[in-house]
Amino acid sequence: MTTAPATLVHPMSKYIREDRLPWIYCPGCSIGIATGMIVRAIDNIGLDFSKVVFVSGIGCSGRTSGYFKTGTFHTTHGRAIPFATGVKIANPDLEVIVVAGDGDLAAIGGNHLIHACRRNIDMTVVCINNWNYGMTGGQFGPTTEHEKLTQTSPPPIGNMEHPFNLIKLAASSGATFVARWTAVQVRRGITSIEKGIKKKGFSFIEIVGACPTAYGRMNKLGEGVDMHKHLLEVTDIQNGLPPHEAEIEYDKRIVCGEFVDIEKPEYTDVLKQMHAKVRK
Amino acid sequence: MPRREIFTMGDIACAEGAISAGCRYFGGYPITPATEIAEWMAVRMPEVGGAFVQYEDEIASITSALGASWAGTKAMTATSGPGASLMMESVGLAVMTETPVVIVNIMRGGPSTGQPTRGQQGDVFQAKWGSHGDYQIIGLTPASVQEMFDLTVRAFNLSERYRVPVFVLADEVVGHMREKLVIPDEKDLKLVDRKMPTVDPSDYLPFKPGDDLVPPMALLGTKYQFYATGLTHDERGYPTDSDEVQIELITRLSEKVLRHVYDIIDVEKYMLDDADIAIVAYGTPSRSARKAIKDARAEGINVGMLRLKSVWPFPEKIVSELGSQVRHIIVPEQNMGQIYYMVRAFAAPTPIHLMTKPAGTPQLPDEILQKIKEVHSL
Amino acid sequence: MSRYEIRIGGFGGQGIVTMAVVIGESSSLFDKKYVVQTQSYGPEARGGASKSEIVISDEEIDYPKVIAPDVFIAMSRAAYLEYVHGLKENGVLIIDSDLVNVESELPQGVRVYRVPATRIADQEVRSKQTTNVVMMGAFAAITKAISIDGLRHQMEERWPKFVKINHLALELGIKAGEKALAGES
Repeated sequence: MTTAPATLVHPMSKYIREDRLPWIYCPGCSIGIATGMIVRAIDNIGLDFSKVVFVSGIGCSGRTSGYFKTGTFHTTHGRAIPFATGVKIANPDLEVIVVAGDGDLAAIGGNHLIHACRRNIDMTVVCINNWNYGMTGGQFGPTTEHEKLTQTSPPPIGNMEHPFNLIKLAASSGATFVARWTAVQVRRGITSIEKGIKKKGFSFIEIVGACPTAYGRMNKLGEGVDMHKHLLEVTDIQNGLPPHEAEIEYDKRIVCGEFVDIEKPEYTDVLKQMHAKVRK
Repeated sequence: MPRREIFTMGDIACAEGAISAGCRYFGGYPITPATEIAEWMAVRMPEVGGAFVQYEDEIASITSALGASWAGTKAMTATSGPGASLMMESVGLAVMTETPVVIVNIMRGGPSTGQPTRGQQGDVFQAKWGSHGDYQIIGLTPASVQEMFDLTVRAFNLSERYRVPVFVLADEVVGHMREKLVIPDEKDLKLVDRKMPTVDPSDYLPFKPGDDLVPPMALLGTKYQFYATGLTHDERGYPTDSDEVQIELITRLSEKVLRHVYDIIDVEKYMLDDADIAIVAYGTPSRSARKAIKDARAEGINVGMLRLKSVWPFPEKIVSELGSQVRHIIVPEQNMGQIYYMVRAFAAPTPIHLMTKPAGTPQLPDEILQKIKEVHSL
Repeated sequence: MSRYEIRIGGFGGQGIVTMAVVIGESSSLFDKKYVVQTQSYGPEARGGASKSEIVISDEEIDYPKVIAPDVFIAMSRAAYLEYVHGLKENGVLIIDSDLVNVESELPQGVRVYRVPATRIADQEVRSKQTTNVVMMGAFAAITKAISIDGLRHQMEERWPKFVKINHLALELGIKAGEKALAGES
């Protein structure tokens, strides 16, 4: 009798709903890499995964929550943060992670983002910035650069608007931990996500990625591999740089690093103090 | 807490009802004439170990309440028309993810900013059909300070029982009037909690319904893992674009409410036994109608009232039976006619007479009396 | 008591709504009557028109708002002009005599009582904020529609830090009410 060859088990598969694979993402997309960063960060910390909650909104990145094997929510467009805030306040023992795209978080959900930063509720937001609305076929969004081409910013001018710099937005809104990496700085990204999760406060981590199918194709940026190679080339690591200097320009320079790591009273902690004082 | 009597406002009675029902999360945004609920909750929630959170808008307010509900807390929000309009997106999410939540709308004059400090009943249809797609919700319509308490308790119970958003639809007069409120001893209150799964976590299908069409609801942070999505999903919670699954899900979401109308619908029959004219009313106009009925009866007219304490799901059968009992039906509403159309749909061919009043002052008792006399002479 | 309707009109900041609430509380919780209290107000927190209403009855109250008041307490000229014609025939009109004059014809049989509530609060109680308490005392003395014990009790419950000053305001209000009653015009 011969023993069957041992099946190879991916070390992160225990965190993933394998019955939902293959995922919906295109070849060359960065969202799978970002998902891998998140589970590795959780694995490194050794969190009880049943106490981790994932909330996402709508869009390609919005589908991420559904692949994690724990309590997961796919809410409506832009509303991941308010949903997650309700979860965290109702049960502060839960570790709440929001995974969402740039359009979801900074356009339709932009108001919730800045107010959550200000409120300082303990959660970790991983924003996968792919420069456009991917799921609907590539329209310009709040991070699309000026004059870049998308389905709704056609030639001869391209995007008539100007993008948000999400690091500046989160930092100036009061987030207590703010970092940016591209999808190719995987180890650094994992470390920042770990720090974000451990931080008692609002953490915002931008993962700059590639959408070869829509944005890459329309702007002639090459295949997924070319775009990721490019991200590596233009990355400028500047840990500790003041957040207002964390520039991002796809063609030339993407400043990466950890830019904010401050302490201030966290909402659920303050709520506990309120309870203690009121019920005395 | 033992039984208490206070003289208070409808809005505050609503907040106290929520607290008595076990609500421990309130997400809200200031808006006239519902602000007093938020202000009361800001003080009371910490006292009972709950959370009051003021959000950046009504969208966040209701959406956060859904999150809190999944974390295992009975949750609510309260608003008025403009806020209710913003909330409609998450009403749909609550329906689709079967999330218990209570939404209070203290109805003011509309459309748009309308008359903030004046009442109306213009949002009754919005509550039923305001979000996109086909679905059922539950809508309760209090007419007194005591009912603001009682029906808010009931709203939580129904929401937990059927995993469906429940609206408390009160006009501004009911929200802002003060009357005596009896808060019952907590041991005399019947409270309902959502059904939780008992199966082995590996066998758990988060959207597999029981015989009552309601699936047991797992909570976050437990041994059960699940995916809840606003997308059409199968019993595992996984998205699908299958026609069969869509039909099955949408049918069940409606049926789980409609199959239990006997438990949900709440009407009061006032002097209807010998009536040949009936008034169908809810909220403040029903109070005017009660006076008009007394006065009309003193003049020998057999008139009575079907008072709706719940409007959604609509009491189709009761109204249909009423149609065959009486010669005429009068519907006074503080709007241009909403429930009137429902009455017309189910009580026809009996003539239905609408009294519109899209304004802060409801129909006066004398105005309804005149209408009764006019209809009586037909 | 069958349905008894009270309307109070003035401007924001006079305590018009609070006055109605305390009368309502007292009548409901102390005198054990059926009571409904309502109000209407504009967007202004101070200075705008303010109106509050109370319906008291031995029976359950159907229509919650005032239809034709038995008593109208006018604490501003604007409120007087707006609401005086709604007063019931043979009804009671109580005016803050420094702020309101009887202008134009009154409904038939209306009895007018003049109470300088603002002046009493300002000069005798030395707290303008007690104007509404003075007026409540006068109202109770003139109409006997609510018990003075109930008012006193309710004010102690509501403002435990201001018991002394409110008792003084209430007593002076009662006296002013009795005086107005004696010199009825």
